[in-house]
Amino acid sequence: MTTVALKPATMAQALTRALRDAMADDPAVHVLGEDVGTLGGVFRITDGLAKEFGDDRCTDTPLAEAGILGTAVGMAMYGLRPVVEMQFDAFAYPAFEQLASHVAKMRNRTRGRMPLPITIRVPYGGGIGGVEHHSDSSEAYYMATPGLHVVTPATVADAYGLLRAAIASDDPVVFLEPKRLYWSKDSWNPDDPQTVEPIGRAVVRRTGTSATLITYGPSVSVCLEAAEAARAEGWDLEVVDLRSLVPFDDETVCASVRRTGRAVVVHEAGSFSGPGGEIAARVTERCFHYLEAPVLRVAGFDIPYPPPMLERHHLPGVDRILDAVARLQWEAES
Amino acid sequence: MTVMEQRGAYRPSPPPAWQPRTDPAPLLPDAEPYRVLGTEAAAKADPELLRRLYAQLVLGRRYNVQATALTKQGRLAVYPSSTGQEACEVAAALCLQERDWLFPSYRDTLAVVARGVDPVEALTLLRGDWHTGYDPYEHRVAPLSTPLATQLPHAVGLAHAARLKGDDVVALAMIGDGGTSEGDFHEALNFAAVWQTPVVFLVQNNGFAISVPLAKQTAAPTLAHKAVGYGMPGRLVDGNDAAAVHEVLGDAVRHARAGGGPTLIEAVTYRIDAHTNADDATRYRGDAEVEAWRAHDPIQLLERELTERGLLDEAGIEAAREDAEAMAARLRERMNQDAPLDPMDLFEHVYAEPTPQLREQQAQLRAELEAETEEGAVR
Repeated sequence: MTTVALKPATMAQALTRALRDAMADDPAVHVLGEDVGTLGGVFRITDGLAKEFGDDRCTDTPLAEAGILGTAVGMAMYGLRPVVEMQFDAFAYPAFEQLASHVAKMRNRTRGRMPLPITIRVPYGGGIGGVEHHSDSSEAYYMATPGLHVVTPATVADAYGLLRAAIASDDPVVFLEPKRLYWSKDSWNPDDPQTVEPIGRAVVRRTGTSATLITYGPSVSVCLEAAEAARAEGWDLEVVDLRSLVPFDDETVCASVRRTGRAVVVHEAGSFSGPGGEIAARVTERCFHYLEAPVLRVAGFDIPYPPPMLERHHLPGVDRILDAVARLQWEAES
Repeated sequence: MTVMEQRGAYRPSPPPAWQPRTDPAPLLPDAEPYRVLGTEAAAKADPELLRRLYAQLVLGRRYNVQATALTKQGRLAVYPSSTGQEACEVAAALCLQERDWLFPSYRDTLAVVARGVDPVEALTLLRGDWHTGYDPYEHRVAPLSTPLATQLPHAVGLAHAARLKGDDVVALAMIGDGGTSEGDFHEALNFAAVWQTPVVFLVQNNGFAISVPLAKQTAAPTLAHKAVGYGMPGRLVDGNDAAAVHEVLGDAVRHARAGGGPTLIEAVTYRIDAHTNADDATRYRGDAEVEAWRAHDPIQLLERELTERGLLDEAGIEAAREDAEAMAARLRERMNQDAPLDPMDLFEHVYAEPTPQLREQQAQLRAELEAETEEGAVR
């Protein structure tokens, strides 16, 4: 029996390692984006790739997101497996036409003859003190676009495994990186990082019996914290980390809600027409007779992302989550 | 010594590290659209090529007429005609080698057919039984692009990838005058020039973006001049002169193949028909303008050149027409057959494997169809 050497590592390191390993394993994998070459990306996720693999494999492009993604489409048409970096969530919007009209549809338009295995890495979400246009939670746009997979890791190990799975996928994957978790540390075994999680499976991060917190990405750690705090109130909360928003893992989510009978969806994105509305509807449709209370949403407000000095009021925190849990009609039981 | 003297003489200098990047003069297009037919340059044109172009133009015109007729018979949902633009369409297909790639827009089904794609498959999008009817890899023709200019960065990316792999491949991207206002036009040309990608951009300036004339589209001296800003050569050509278009395209393709980078070509032509069968061109242009362009018809221009030089006689003209009629009859017959449709296909090819949610929706539609069938049987 071998001893597994677990070491602390950041999510950023795991993502870099995933890109490096994918490029080493498959010469078709090409990284392109703004500042990804010499600088190693503004978050340093592509650090060292240009040096190790050359400028042709890790390419600094002109500053034009539609051009980056459009060019990646052409590269994928010719058999490459491009991984593009959008520098920030809100800077990815110029690429949306390429994403919605071509990346998401090409396989379907051509009856499967022209699949586009492109990974689109998007640092997203708030909590880093960024000025405007640097903290959007744009996942609902991507989720509403058929033909895309949308995934987001919450742990260091998942960051590696999901990114490897995204690059290996023959479908386009929007890979949302919770930027405030870039520097979060986890115990991880960098000597044996090969676990590639299948896309489309949620995971129960904490088991509990009172209610289920359904969440993903940057809100997972907040929910785990809330679950710890809830013990003082006598609630034993289960936390489900979705990992994959598309495809959606109804099975894992509904199995949890059927066990606990109560659910709260937690995310940074706004609640109106946000992911939580879809998730609450799905859970209600499938688990109605198991539910003791309506499925509630704890989300960012329906406002443009606030300036940094006010963002803590916007982001769902432990208190807002516990307030929602308190509203899950417990009095009916007593 | 005064303070001013201590500072030394004022010597104006450019900003530090500034240097001119590219000499713009060689990139500039000619003052007038380049022409071959009816000029001295025609004598140098290969008679075989001219005859081949002629046969293709006649076929192309008949194809446009037939496709337009099919809309009236309900066999095509819509047809954006390239009548009057056949020289550009045909030359775009003929200037490429087999290994090269064509990136057409929705008005370019004629170029797609001239490249060898089955016309029924090329028209699938416009018939409405699927989106792309042909296998893009069979003739190296990208799907017809409806969102304007979005296919241009694809051409750049494909040519870039081919060059990285060491393959000798040139990509030709087709676009109209309206599309040059789109951001993707700018981004594609910029990427192509920075990376010196083997791509040729062919702009067919047919005068109108649906109803909007070029004057409301751009203030550039010509569309070809836009190339200079990117650091690539711009060429201006008479888009109704098939020999000239073929020559200019051929030069650009050879230049790209030799590692010389991209070229932007503006072919000055005219959309004789309305935007599509659903459009009414009388709302935005007069007959006189259309008639002036009819007198500059690409088929007539080439026919005159060939007959005057004794390269084509009445029998040759008749033979070309007969071939075109036979093509049209075959197309009519095939398009008059109903396309096989399977609604279950709607859920295939969205992903490599349908998601569990799509499987559920597919089952729902199947049940709906079965219920319809049973209802029909009861009635």
